[in-house]
Amino acid sequence: MKTVEEIKAAIEAAIPGAGVEIQANPSVSGQHSLRLKPDRAVEVARFLRDDAELKLDFLSNVTGVDWPDKEISEKVKVTRIVTRTVDGVEQQAEETVEETRKRTEPGFLEAVYHLYSVEKKHGPVVIRMRTENRSDRVELPSLMPLWKSAEFQEREVFDLYGIVFKGHPDLRRLLMWDEFKDHPMRRDYVEPDDYEYEPTAHDEILKRAEAYKDREQGPTTA
Amino acid sequence: MDANLKIELGKQGIVATSIQELYNWGRKNSIWPMQFGLACCAIEMIATTMARYDLARFGAEVFRPSPRQADLMIISGTVTKKMAPQVVRLYNQMAEPKYVIAMGACAISGGPFKQGYNVLKGIDRYIPVDVHIPGCPPRPEALIQAFMTLQKKIDGQPLTGEGRPRHLDSGAQGEFLVPVQGEHDLEPTSNKGVWPVPITIR
Repeated sequence: MKTVEEIKAAIEAAIPGAGVEIQANPSVSGQHSLRLKPDRAVEVARFLRDDAELKLDFLSNVTGVDWPDKEISEKVKVTRIVTRTVDGVEQQAEETVEETRKRTEPGFLEAVYHLYSVEKKHGPVVIRMRTENRSDRVELPSLMPLWKSAEFQEREVFDLYGIVFKGHPDLRRLLMWDEFKDHPMRRDYVEPDDYEYEPTAHDEILKRAEAYKDREQGPTTA
Repeated sequence: MDANLKIELGKQGIVATSIQELYNWGRKNSIWPMQFGLACCAIEMIATTMARYDLARFGAEVFRPSPRQADLMIISGTVTKKMAPQVVRLYNQMAEPKYVIAMGACAISGGPFKQGYNVLKGIDRYIPVDVHIPGCPPRPEALIQAFMTLQKKIDGQPLTGEGRPRHLDSGAQGEFLVPVQGEHDLEPTSNKGVWPVPITIR
């Protein structure tokens, strides 16, 4: 099969301005993936499916990844002018100080698709798409018009991560009930507090049990 | 009646019994379970009914596909929070007297999926359970053991007074609140009076 670089070149030759980027995988497997621009994704995916050499006719897996907001602290050298009093005379001197600056890198949600070719017996080719953020701009184009197997898997990603797939004909929750509001696979998901007795309570659990002290009833039969 | 006298009479071909014994003997040997399985424990439940383990020996071979005709509910597998309201509703639809066996680690506590966001931590939070069997899944022998335990329990139930079965007690409550699927969790998280919040050992 073609390498990821070759596939990227083929895409760019066929679809000008597709904006495909290679996302390297630094591990031993070296399974690099292609990151598609959401607005051109359907076009590119159609090329991957229909291209005579690739023929990626089988979508094996769709999954989501949650990348939460990242706080990065950097040490920056800052030069500033300081006024000092030396021997009763005011002097101005330059001073270089190391400062720690904090900035937050906004998080996003990612959908990952694994494509294989049954006809050519090769794969996988991994493609990814990223949302703009993880709160309100969480839309990605659905690839269900190209691969029917995306239907339930995109519904699952919608359910557990909250990515809204545009163009999906039946985007409902798959595993959780319809009234459910959260997305349990997100990193900041807080699970409901349904208190459970632990036979070997310790530290955190003891603290939690303390909050439920007035509710404790013990066994019904003595 | 003296037990030894009963045996002596039996040797002479005279059967002496009481209404309670006869009534409970009939009840305990015709428990009809409800035909429903939730997860992999159901496979062991099916195996229990087949020729090798043969649950029919205990009078429980007729698995009824309707809750209206069933006496026993075997919770065989993981109860998800999505399924829990349906399980409670099915239990409510069963006619008295009704009994529940919680089969396997998931049904009694959530089992290996206990920490999961979608798994109920034991069906005994919503309905009263008569016999708990541990195991993942329990072997058919364990289910048969649970059956025999339940038979013993039925046999020991008096027909009057304290501890009588619910269908003979007009004041007893046989229906339980069906939990509502809320925005974050089931509401309520347990039924009052069914599942007491246990005391933590400090």
